[in-house]
Amino acid sequence: MERIDSPKKLQQNIEACTKAFEDKIAGKGGRRAIVVCGGTGCLANGSNDLIAELKKLIEERGLSEKVSVNHVGCFGFCSQGPFVKIFPEDTLYRMVKKDDIKRIVEEDLIGGKVVEDLLYVDPTTHEKVARQDDINFYKRQRRIALHGCSLINPDYLEESLGYDGFKALKKVLTEMTPQQVIDEVLASGLRGRGGAGFPTGRKWQFAANQVSEQKYIVCNGDEGDPGAFMDRSILEGNPFEVIEGMMIAGYAFGAKDGYFYIRAEYPVAVERVQRAIKDMEAVGLLGDNILGTGFSFRAHLRLGAGAFVCGEETALLNSIEGKRGMPRPRPPFPAIKGLWGKPTCVNNVETLAIVPYIIRVGAEEFAKIGTEKSKGTKVFALGGKINNVGLVEVPMGTTLRELIYDIGGGIPGGKKFKAIQTGGPSGGCLTAKDLDTPIDYDNLVAKGSMMGSGGAIVMDEDNCMVDVAKFYMEFICDESCGKCTPCRVGTKRLLELLTTITNGTATEKTLEDLKSLAETIKLGSLCALGQTAANPILSTMNNFPEEYEAHVKDKKCPSHVCKKLMSYVIDPAKCKKCSLCARNCPVNCIHGVPGKEPFVIDQSKCIKCGTCIIKCPFHAIEKR
Amino acid sequence: MKIRKEVIKGVREICASHKGEPSPLMMILSDIQNKYGYIPLEVQEVVSEETGIPVAEIYGVVTFYAFFSVTPKGKYVIGVCLGTACYVKNSQSVIDKFCQLLKIAPGQTTEDGLFTIEAVRCIGACALAPAVNINGKVYPMVSPDKVEGIINEYRALEASN
Repeated sequence: MERIDSPKKLQQNIEACTKAFEDKIAGKGGRRAIVVCGGTGCLANGSNDLIAELKKLIEERGLSEKVSVNHVGCFGFCSQGPFVKIFPEDTLYRMVKKDDIKRIVEEDLIGGKVVEDLLYVDPTTHEKVARQDDINFYKRQRRIALHGCSLINPDYLEESLGYDGFKALKKVLTEMTPQQVIDEVLASGLRGRGGAGFPTGRKWQFAANQVSEQKYIVCNGDEGDPGAFMDRSILEGNPFEVIEGMMIAGYAFGAKDGYFYIRAEYPVAVERVQRAIKDMEAVGLLGDNILGTGFSFRAHLRLGAGAFVCGEETALLNSIEGKRGMPRPRPPFPAIKGLWGKPTCVNNVETLAIVPYIIRVGAEEFAKIGTEKSKGTKVFALGGKINNVGLVEVPMGTTLRELIYDIGGGIPGGKKFKAIQTGGPSGGCLTAKDLDTPIDYDNLVAKGSMMGSGGAIVMDEDNCMVDVAKFYMEFICDESCGKCTPCRVGTKRLLELLTTITNGTATEKTLEDLKSLAETIKLGSLCALGQTAANPILSTMNNFPEEYEAHVKDKKCPSHVCKKLMSYVIDPAKCKKCSLCARNCPVNCIHGVPGKEPFVIDQSKCIKCGTCIIKCPFHAIEKR
Repeated sequence: MKIRKEVIKGVREICASHKGEPSPLMMILSDIQNKYGYIPLEVQEVVSEETGIPVAEIYGVVTFYAFFSVTPKGKYVIGVCLGTACYVKNSQSVIDKFCQLLKIAPGQTTEDGLFTIEAVRCIGACALAPAVNINGKVYPMVSPDKVEGIINEYRALEASN
């Protein structure tokens, strides 16, 4: 591509690429376009092999001129992946395996017939659904942050330009003053998508008010919440959109340099962002005097190195500066004194990805979506005990019921919904009584949880809430940076108290201690990691006091998860005396006489590994 | 421990490639970790010579971040996902099984240098929970009874080499 050095040239490129992209999707000239999901989940499930196989067979059948094959970003519906989608028919094949590719080529591409058994089947109506938009999972979604993901090839600037890319950049550089951009974002009501929900426009305004030759915009891609992967998917699916958002932010408050801070565990995202930066530099969309407007901007990439606390903005800045990722006291806030002491704004990936949309359609249009105080959409990573695991983007104000049942397809195996954890290790759980609560920043906080980055893990009746709280506390203990005492020592003590509860040595005083220590850590910690560390405990104690009491008073784990408080027992009436359990027991603690006497587990020797219950074909073993 | 001359040369080259960048330490360490698999004290000393940053500070950074290691890892690094989505689907019992069979704890390497077990946090493959990642290959929906087969797969691979 030749250099894009004026608004006019950008416009010409946008028009040409848009036409090419639309023609491709519309199948002009009898052409077909195939896209294959290249998101993390599908890549792990072999989608690269699918692409290689498609290309091979298409070549063999002499269709290369007529059919294009591209990898695209995440489709979101991860539990049904890998996906292969064919335009112009818009046919969506799911759970495609390498062996299916031959049939797709022969039957669909050549024969013109849809391969029926690769279509999605609606679990309630049992009907086959050929088009993506007709699938219930997608019906209530609205893709703004995920714009272009699952549609454009993230490796090509042309694809981005063909699908709304850089229209917003052109608009701000040619039609708007920096203050107008800030005002527009303020008016849109956009709040930070990384956790606490601070208004983005206000952050930018603070930085804009500082007089400094050098300012920085930092994109926080250190997605640490275990169970959230939207930032990764956005960076992998449409890196250009995030860079564009970053440039608009830079223009708005006067930053000439932007830093991406991305987890080293996200190699695909790192590679795609790197490539996007390089391609943009090559055509002059990054560098000095962009589009001849006098605006200069450079994007840089820094890698995180596996520290959850670096998601906290001041710790992140220390990490970019090559130091231990420990938080700094605030004030001074980064907008006043941030990276290398200069005014800095740290924005989350999803936040920056939404900015171009706001500029394109206008603040008013954006503010129509969502609730009174939470505008726009939010991407959630639905995971855990839910049928439709995946990434969903819904308008703020969608209820948990819609999220879990209409979009998520409910709980597998006919089990009962117990709780949904939002906000990761900093958040809390919501229960069945909250199902009709519209999801927005303020409602979640009022319910003792938080939006966080959007991880939403569903738990069913088989999950023990004390165990879940302990899981998060182990995580926090691991990840506490050690700088301040309440977090460093306090979380360790919390974990010890929780451990006494799960192993049956706790007393009623333990619960009081737990609560009082949790409150102390909340008040006394330096950064958000410590201040929110006790949330999973407090929220499960509030919502499930009976589970804590059962552990402490009755020494029983009602969900049979805590090993010290449960046992495996063979029901003599159901036992067929086959000896399968005894033969598979790793510690030889099951005794009986094959064919004669029912088998019995010696509780004093049992290590509760659960092998017997998996092996028993007659369901004669139960947890008590 | 004596490190080889080529490694020292390679480390110096990595340092040189980041000259002129503001605060390049993290990037240098990241490149060394990726290329050599670990960053022992001797290598940190070389980085110190090249960058002028005190070894104490470099050591502080290396030991702070989970991604950096001061000891070599096994040939096959078994990353068992303990992200929330995997955890609620019982990935704890999967990592327990790996530890039991390989007789090491998470973070340790087997004596023959073949396997390292790591507890990793969310690899973004929540639909495949519980997921296990071995040198980039992802094993979906792993249950404890599949663990032995997975280990044997790599033992067989070694035996055939």
